[in-house]
Amino acid sequence: MPIQYYIYLSLALFSIGIIGVLTRRNAIIVFMCVELMLNAVNLLLVAFSKMHHGVALAADPATTAGIDGQLFVFFIMVVAAAEVSVGLAIIVMMYRNVHSVDINFLNRLKN
Amino acid sequence: MSITEILFFFLSALAVFSAIMVLVSRNPVHSVLWLIAVFFAISGHYILLNAQFLAIVNLIVYAGAIMVLFLFVIMLMNINKQTERNKHIWMKLAGAVSGGCFLMVLVSLVRQANDFQEKTALMGTGDIGLIKNLGKALFSDFVVPFEISSVLFLSAMVGAVVIGKKE
Repeated sequence: MPIQYYIYLSLALFSIGIIGVLTRRNAIIVFMCVELMLNAVNLLLVAFSKMHHGVALAADPATTAGIDGQLFVFFIMVVAAAEVSVGLAIIVMMYRNVHSVDINFLNRLKN
Repeated sequence: MSITEILFFFLSALAVFSAIMVLVSRNPVHSVLWLIAVFFAISGHYILLNAQFLAIVNLIVYAGAIMVLFLFVIMLMNINKQTERNKHIWMKLAGAVSGGCFLMVLVSLVRQANDFQEKTALMGTGDIGLIKNLGKALFSDFVVPFEISSVLFLSAMVGAVVIGKKE
């Protein structure tokens, strides 16, 4: 499969995530759009790792080139799991204080 | 058209459609369910790319753990009805236009790039995604980041408890 197709798919998912972050005001949905952008990047990393592996395989049949990309995806998932737990705790705390998850209530620092 | 291409386009259409539905759903619970559909489609892409370990980890970690956390938080807050006030249509339009401009710039960049011409991603073959090879690389070359991530998890756990605790 040509690598451009994967790039276009990842770009589409990433842009949908950006539009969600810019247009929605529910903090949980904004957070879910951030997760969507992380997943678009993960998909692109795996596709690039397979592309790199395919190029290196022609020269050396026993190569493991491109395995770094898949391990990066693994570490991104690890960090995302930790990030989600802390982020949801912050959203719960915000709901407890202002009884809403609307991010427009978070402009109190302005004054 | 081979079976791989049919599966690729089906999974791509499913992923993009579900991602759009995440945005336009008024009910946050529906958004979570559509996001789970996106994660399943992306796991299907990983299987097509023969990255089996990542496909399973994506399902277990994202669809299994993170989305359940989201659902629990939404249900605890009882915000499964539409609470979002109607926003100015201009703000939504501005967000959509800026996201579309970003997409347009990057697509035109990729179309002109010489590095991506005639390059293909290996489908179905290549064994770097198997758990044996990934485990060997993870516990030899990447063992220090792996151990550091356990410290990160511990601090995230303590941080979540401290932040979420009642005063």
